[in-house]
Formats: sequence, C-alpha cells, structure tokens
Amino acid sequence: MASEARSKSREIETNFADVHPPLTGDEAVAEASRCLFCYDAPCQRACPTHIDIPGFIRQILHRNPIGSARTILDSNIFGGSCARVCPTEVLCEGACVDNTLLKAPVQIGRLQRHACDTAHDVSMKFYTPGPSTKKRVAIIGAGPAGLTCAHELRKRGHDVVIYEAGKVAGGLNTLGIAAYKITTDFAMTEVNRVLAMGVVLRLNSPVDGRKLATLLGEFDAVFLAIGLGRTAPLGIPGEKLKGVWESLEFIFQTHTKPLAKCKVGKHVVVVGGGNTAMDAANAAIKLGAKRVTIAYRRDRDAMPAFEHEYEYTSGNSVHFEWNARPVRIVGKDGKAVGLRCIRTKLSKSRRDAKLTDIPKSEFTIPADMVIKALGQEPLVDLVGAIPKLKLNKKHRIVIDPDTGATSVQKLFAGGDCALVPMEEVVSAVQSGKIAAAGIDAMLSEVKR
Amino acid sequence: MTQKDNGKLPNGSEWGVDLSIDFCGVRSPNPFWLASAPPTNSAYQVRRAYDAGWGGVVWKTLAHEPIVNVSSRYGSIDYDGRKIAGLNNIELITDRTLEDNLREIEGVKKDYPDHALFVSLMVESKRESWHDIVKQTQQTGCDGLELNFGCPHGMSERGMGAAVGQVPEYAKMITGWVKEVAQIPVIVKLTPNVTDVTAVGRAAKEGGADALSLINTINSIMGVDLESLAPKPQVRGYGSHGGYCGPAVKPIALNMVSQIASDPKIGIPISGIGGIQAWQDALEHMLLGATSTQVCTAVMHYGFRIVEQLISGMSTWMLQKRFTTSRDFIGKSVERIRNWGDLDLSYKVVAEINPERCINCGLCYIACEDGCHQSIKIERVEEEAYLKRVKKTKDDRVFVSGGAQYIHGAGDGYVNAFSINQDTCVGCNMCSLVCPVEGCITMKEVDTGKPRMSWKEYQSLLAAGKVDPIRPPEHV
Ligand SMILES: Cc1cc2nc3c(=O)[nH]c(=O)nc-3n(C[C@H](O)[C@H](O)[C@H](O)COP(=O)(O)OP(=O)(O)OC[C@H]3O[C@@H](n4cnc5c(N)ncnc54)[C@H](O)[C@@H]3O)c2cc1C
Ligand SMILES: Cc1cc2nc3c(=O)[nH]c(=O)nc-3n(C[C@H](O)[C@H](O)[C@H](O)COP(=O)(O)O)c2cc1C
Ligand code: SF4
Ligand code: SF4
Ligand code: SF4
Repeated sequence: MASEARSKSREIETNFADVHPPLTGDEAVAEASRCLFCYDAPCQRACPTHIDIPGFIRQILHRNPIGSARTILDSNIFGGSCARVCPTEVLCEGACVDNTLLKAPVQIGRLQRHACDTAHDVSMKFYTPGPSTKKRVAIIGAGPAGLTCAHELRKRGHDVVIYEAGKVAGGLNTLGIAAYKITTDFAMTEVNRVLAMGVVLRLNSPVDGRKLATLLGEFDAVFLAIGLGRTAPLGIPGEKLKGVWESLEFIFQTHTKPLAKCKVGKHVVVVGGGNTAMDAANAAIKLGAKRVTIAYRRDRDAMPAFEHEYEYTSGNSVHFEWNARPVRIVGKDGKAVGLRCIRTKLSKSRRDAKLTDIPKSEFTIPADMVIKALGQEPLVDLVGAIPKLKLNKKHRIVIDPDTGATSVQKLFAGGDCALVPMEEVVSAVQSGKIAAAGIDAMLSEVKR
Repeated sequence: MTQKDNGKLPNGSEWGVDLSIDFCGVRSPNPFWLASAPPTNSAYQVRRAYDAGWGGVVWKTLAHEPIVNVSSRYGSIDYDGRKIAGLNNIELITDRTLEDNLREIEGVKKDYPDHALFVSLMVESKRESWHDIVKQTQQTGCDGLELNFGCPHGMSERGMGAAVGQVPEYAKMITGWVKEVAQIPVIVKLTPNVTDVTAVGRAAKEGGADALSLINTINSIMGVDLESLAPKPQVRGYGSHGGYCGPAVKPIALNMVSQIASDPKIGIPISGIGGIQAWQDALEHMLLGATSTQVCTAVMHYGFRIVEQLISGMSTWMLQKRFTTSRDFIGKSVERIRNWGDLDLSYKVVAEINPERCINCGLCYIACEDGCHQSIKIERVEEEAYLKRVKKTKDDRVFVSGGAQYIHGAGDGYVNAFSINQDTCVGCNMCSLVCPVEGCITMKEVDTGKPRMSWKEYQSLLAAGKVDPIRPPEHV
C-alpha cells in the first residue's frame, strides 16, 4: 500500500515536470545558430520588456551565457520566470522571422531560460543598489510589478518598503502560475534576487484605504501593484456546495503543498474558457482526475484562451463542452455531484457576439469537483476607496503609459490592477520598470 | 558493403556520364582522390576508400624512417555553431616504416588495378636519398609519385617540405634528381606559403615535373585556449604554428590553382587541393584548371562516404549542363580570370528586393547602411496598413490566438519594409550576400548606355583627353 502511494506520488511529480524542459549547452548553441540576428528585430519589439533578443542569443552562440543573462535581466529582472511562463507564441516567437523562413521560430523562451539558469547556477550577482538618495518609496503588493519596481528603484538608490498582504512574496508568479511551467522554488530565486538589493519586505501586511492615505503622507511616492482578486462567482445556485472550488485556490495548493497531498476530484468540471481554465483543467488531470471537462458558454473560436494553451490542454485529454452555459450546480448531501448546463447559440463566432439559450437543451455533466475559472475580479475594496483615483469601466487604474502615474499625486500604479496591455507577468514587469523610471524622474525633479 | 545491397553503383556509372579522367597517362574512374594525409596512412584505409568510391589516392608521405609525432595535434575553427570551417595540424609525415608502407602499397595496387595510386615522398635534400626512395617506391607498381615540397611545419625546420617548396632553385634541383630515376609520372606538390606560387611552379616544370598539385596547408595558429592561455592545439601547454586547411581555405586554393593554370610557361596537369567538401568545390577547382581533385579535411570530418555525394553532385550537374565527360569542362573558367584593369567599367548591376519573399529581418539594410553604400530604405509600415496590404495576397503571416493577434516579422505595432535606392546603389552585392532568403535579393544588370571600357582603356583615353574623368558615386 505504502509503495503504491509512493509510486502514485512519483507519477504526479512526473506529470508536473517542465512543459518546456531546459536546453543543454549544445542544444542552446545549435538553437542560437538559427537566429538571423535581425536588425530592429521584430522579436525584440514584440517583447513587452524589449529585451535585446538578437543580442542575448548571439551571446549564447558565442558561449557567453552569463553575459547573455545580464542582457536579459537588464530589461527584465524576472527574465528566468518570463522564459518559463510567457506566452511566447503570441509575443517574441510569434514575431520571429524564422516562422516565415523555416516555418518554426527560434525558441527564444528556452534560450532565455538557458542563459538565466546558467547565471543562476553559478550564483552570479549582477546588481548592487545605487548610492542612497534618502528618498523613500512604498510599494503595495509583492507581485512581479511591485518587485520589479522595487529593484529598479534600488538600482537608483531609493529606499523601498514593500507591503504584502500574503505570507509569501512573488504574487501570482509564485503561487498562481501552473506548476508545470514554473516551480515555486525557482520563482522564489527571482524574488530573492530583488530582496537582496536591500528591500524591506513586510509580509502579512494588507493595505486598506486608510493605510494608503497614511503611506502617501509618509513616503515620497507610493506604487500600487496589488494585482487582481479572486475569480468571479458564477452567480448560479449551488456555489456553496462542498466540492465547488475557486480556481486560484485550486491552483495555489500545487505551490503550497506536496503535490500528492493536493485535493482533486474524480470527475472535474472547469467552468470558463480562458487561460486560467486551461491551467486548472491541466492541473486536475495531472493530479490524477479520471475525467476533466471544460464547460464554456461560447464556441472554440470565441474562446479567450491562447491557441497553444488550448492545444496543450486538449492534448492532455481534457474534454471540451462548447456552448454550455452553467445554470446550477447539482448537489447531494451537501456535496456537488454535477453541473447542469444549457446549450447556447452564438449569432457569430466572436466573443462579443450575442449569446442565446436553446430552449429545453439542458443537460448535466457528472462531477464531484466543480472549479470556477471565470476572469479575476478587480480589488474594488481598495482601488474604489481612494478618492480621485481614476478607474476605467472595468475598475482598472488609469495610468500614464510613459510614467505609470495615476490621477492621484505621488501615487503610481502598474501590473494587473492597472490598465496594462496584457495581464501577463511580462507586462507587469514592464509596468514596474516604467513606474520606477517615472517615480525616479519625479523624485529627481523634487530634488532640483 | 552498403553499396551492394542498396542498389547504388560505385563510381558514378549509374548516371550515364563519364567521370573518368586521364592524369599524365594514369586512368582514374573519377576525379576524386584522397590527398596524402591521415586517411591514406594504411592499406586498411585505402581499401575502404576505394570501396567507398574514391577514384584515386595519394599515399601518406613516405620517408626512410618513421617520424615521431606529438600529442595533441589538431585544432579547428568553428563558425557560429557549424563545426570545422577550418582545420590545422602539427602532425608530420608517415609514422610507419618504409617496409610496411611499400609492402602494403604493392598489395593494394594488385587488388585495385583500375584505381589511381600515387605515393607521396619526402626525404632529406640529398641526391642519393631521393634516388633510393624513388627506386624502392616505383617497384611497388604504384602509378606515380608526388613530391611533398609543401609541409609548412616540423619538416621544414629539418630542411624538407616547405623549406624546399619556398625556394624555386631547390624545387627545381630536387625535381631533377627524382626525374633522373623515375619511370612513372611525378607530381610536385606546392606550398601556398609563398608570395608567388607560379615561381615555384615554373621551377618544378623546369626540373621536369609531369604535373603539379596544390595547395598544401597554410601557416597558421588556430587560436588560444582562454582558460589555460595555451595555443591550440597544445602540447603540454605549448604550441607551434601548423598547417591550415578545410573549407575556409578553398578561395585561396582556387586563386593559386588558376594562377598555375593560366601561366603559359607551366602548362602541365594540375591536381587541385584545398577546401573541397562538396561537389561544387571540386567542380570549381576543375573549372579553374585542375584535372583531378584531392580531399583531406572533409574526409577526416565525415569519413570516406562523402564521395557518394561528390559523385552524385558532379554527375547531376554534368547531365544538366550536357557535359558527357569531365574533359569537356576542365579549365573552362580559366580564361574568365582577368586582371582587374581589364574589367569593364561600364557594366553595372543594382540590387532588387522581392517584397513578397522578404521576411523583414533587416539584415540587408544594416549591412548597406553601416558597411556599404547607404542605399537601402527602411520604411515603417503600421500594422493596420500592413494588414490591409497583405489581405489581398492571402498572407500567411497573420495569426489570432485567444485575445491576441500576432504577425511574423512585426513588433511594437509595425513591420519594416525595405527597398533599394537604385540611383545610389553601387552594385556591390553585399545585401544579396547577407539576405537569408533564397531569391529574395537579386542583382539586376542595368543599361548604363556607355560603351565597354576597361580601366586600362580609361587610363589611355583619359591621357589622350578623349574622356571626362568618371565622377565618384554620391555619398551621404
Ligand atoms: C491562474 C493564473 C495563471 C497565470 N498564468 C500565467 C502565465 O502562464 N504566464 C503569464 O505571464 N502570466 C500568467 N498569469 C498572469 C500573471 O500571474 C499576472 O499577470 C501577474 O502576476 C501580475 O503581476 P502583478 O504584480 O500585477 O500582480 P500579482 O502577481 O497578482 O501580485 C499582487 C500582489 O499584491 C498583493 N496584494 C493584493 N492586495 C493587497 C493589499 N491590499 N495590500 C498588500 N498587498 C496586496 C497580493 O497578495 C499579491 O502578492 C496567470 C494568472 C493566473 C491567475
Ligand atoms: C571589401 C573589402 C575591402 C578591403 N579593402 C582593404 C583596403 O582597402 N585596405 C586594406 O588594408 N585592407 C582592406 N581589406 C582587408 C581588411 O582590412 C582585413 O585585413 C581583412 O578583411 C581581414 O580581416 P577579417 O577577415 O577579420 O575581416 C578589405 C577587406 C574587404 C572585405
Ligand atoms: S526575429 Fe527570430 S531570427 Fe530575428 S533576431 Fe529575433 S529570434 Fe533571431
Ligand atoms: S548592392 Fe551594395 S550598395 Fe547596393 S543596395 Fe546592396 S549593399 Fe547597398
Ligand atoms: S535581408 Fe532579405 S529578407 Fe531580410 S529584410 Fe533584406 S530583403 Fe528582406
């Protein structure tokens, strides 16, 4: 029995092995030799942090992976994480001209990982804090946006205190991203690189509206990087039943518990059609669920998940119920036993197309676990409580794209809580970088 | 052997073209020979080579006594991920006894009467020594001799190899000694480590050489190990200059082969050596005057089997060019090499980019902008305009994935489009050389409306006041 459990847990560990395993040195050089070293390279332009991709690849080619890592980290201090978690298919690799020439892009993500891992393996320390300016900046939220901003501010010599509500730093990059893309341990190494710059980190320190007002008084600037909240409720009967999970909570456990101890149902239904739904479904399969179904109210073409995420998920034998709108979670003895759906019809295969129910088309998908994976909700409790803070319709903080400044004096924002081009780690990093430069410019002006 | 059971016929006979050659009266089923080098060090190797399809070999250089080699011996230069663009060695001539070599040569020649077998020789610069080794060697029944006047390291310090090949008088004298007793054809192998290769070529001819082979290896130091700071290759931390060969030396070899071939005072058959790894390389040697070709590095890299691709490549080319025998094209391009001063100044080409093939890499632009003549225009096409433009051509570079749209070659909202300013383009070729897409940039001839005029003609017309000076091209 014990050995069966052990082999089961080993199997789960194997399931969670890297989707894009590391390249060996020889593989990396061979892959690097495919890069054309483009001028004004499309890949570099398509990267939200504008890493000098042809440059770092050429450094790998010429057997200088450590110099390569520095090139990467100069533009993106979460370079090792981004190498693992970025949707490269729609970013750098989607832009790569080798797609046209050779029908396959240079594997930029894996090369980036090779460089960053090599530098990490030899404990290369690239950055030191700048000479002190005696200016103090408070950062709220220790996700990729907050940490990047902290790093960039420390490089410029400003003091930084980070207030983080949770008990670990790194935000969703540490806890939220699929564990088969990035390990918790690796995510922490990139967090620690920032902390080593002499950042004061206060964990378990949620900031509310009142506290924020105090911080704005005490500090020379405040950077708000609280990300988003829980995934939205379905708004249907049965959400309180046992076996109904919120997707982030379900995914968090793969980062906070041994995989063999993670909870998973036998028959799992995931509700939603975005990347989070794909991640949750894949995690459920990998944790040992017998059957996993994704129920999405629109069709495949209207699905917000990336193509490559969909392909990976369907390759993992996840079933898809298209045009299935959940109407009720079916329960028995207080536990979920199925998801009742109704078939829908789309006027056009587009996300904004009109959706209508087909009468009398209800059906039930049996399930002992139902995972809610709609989009994340904005943290209105805080952002809504700040007077004069300008938000858009979706409650994202409106910022100046060049400086990260909000409508409130001394208050900057970035990452998922702000209006950024994409809700991905790499965009959070870029917005942290931009805000740090914006804050620095403001502080230097004050000095003069 | 694989040839027997996979349907391949040896020596190119399946192509219906005649690859065979006649080299100073020695027949060879094809022009592909192995150069005197490690691959021809023993009967075991030479038999394998003939079986694989090689038409001839030049046996690894014999001497009266076997030499002693150092370890390590080879170094190489890689080019951005591709291995061995060039190779160098500090190895000497045969490390086996003369008796063993001669016995094996005799045995091989008996079993392979239709293949060419030359034997390379190098002894001290004494008449008796040369007489002795020539006599002993020709008793094996081999087809001919090759005098190694080219080895640039080790042997030259003992007054042999390149030490002979760099001084025309020595080359002539020793060739003469050999010819006093030789009853079979004698090739003299030339070193490239001279300022004028034709001087030694002429001297060898005057000494009685029946043919010349070139090039031997080039003086070189392969590099320095950045860990130990020792040169490459190293022998207990020290190194020595060695002989450079491999694909990278081909252009140097071709130049020298063509110089020998076009020298009216020489006029004897040539065996072309240097940088041959593909059939095209061998053909180029032959078009510039070589009757046979010799290969070393490519075989050391990949083995004897590469001869199959050489045979197939040359045969296919001959079929397409309607050549039935190699005699039809040997030396065909020699007369195309002229003095610079005879080239036509009125001829002009300009670059042209095919926008449909262009993948937007920008390499042509930056090459012309920073290294050439600032004649390529870079134009930023906003994504929207680009999409409109490609809608008509059913472009396969635009994709939608989830909420994101991405375009191969685009980034930050735009695509770069490139075009040539043909008014200022000087027709240097550089952009077409860097473009990674075949057939994307072509060099097109433009009609300058001017009569042919070489630089020499220009000089005399200018002196006679019959033409105006040619204006320099516009510069930014
Ligand atoms: C399931 C899932 C999978 C994802 N997969 C990927 C992926 O594969 N690739 C990718 O690039 N992106 C992925 N993302 C998106 C990515 O994780 C985010 O875009 C990124 O983490 C945003 O960074 P951030 O710093 O803005 O916010 P977060 O990472 O959300 O960090 C915000 C931090 O602020 C803290 N906080 C919140 N409120 C307060 C408060 N009041 N006081 C103090 N601290 C507070 C939080 O505890 C948290 O630590 C995924 C997201 C999810 C939900
Ligand atoms: C197109 C071209 C033109 C050159 N013209 C000159 C020249 O005018 N004068 C000169 O001394 N060397 C000239 N060189 C030789 C270079 O200075 C250099 O010695 C040579 O290219 C070897 O260096 P590299 O192969 O490392 O680039 C020229 C090289 C090239 C490619
Ligand atoms: S687009 Fe592709 S080929 Fe060009 S520089 Fe980037 S990775 Fe290299
Ligand atoms: S041929 Fe030379 S000058 Fe003309 S466009 Fe190309 S690189 Fe420029
Ligand atoms: S080098 Fe060729 S493919 Fe690249 S931009 Fe120029 S024309 Fe286009």
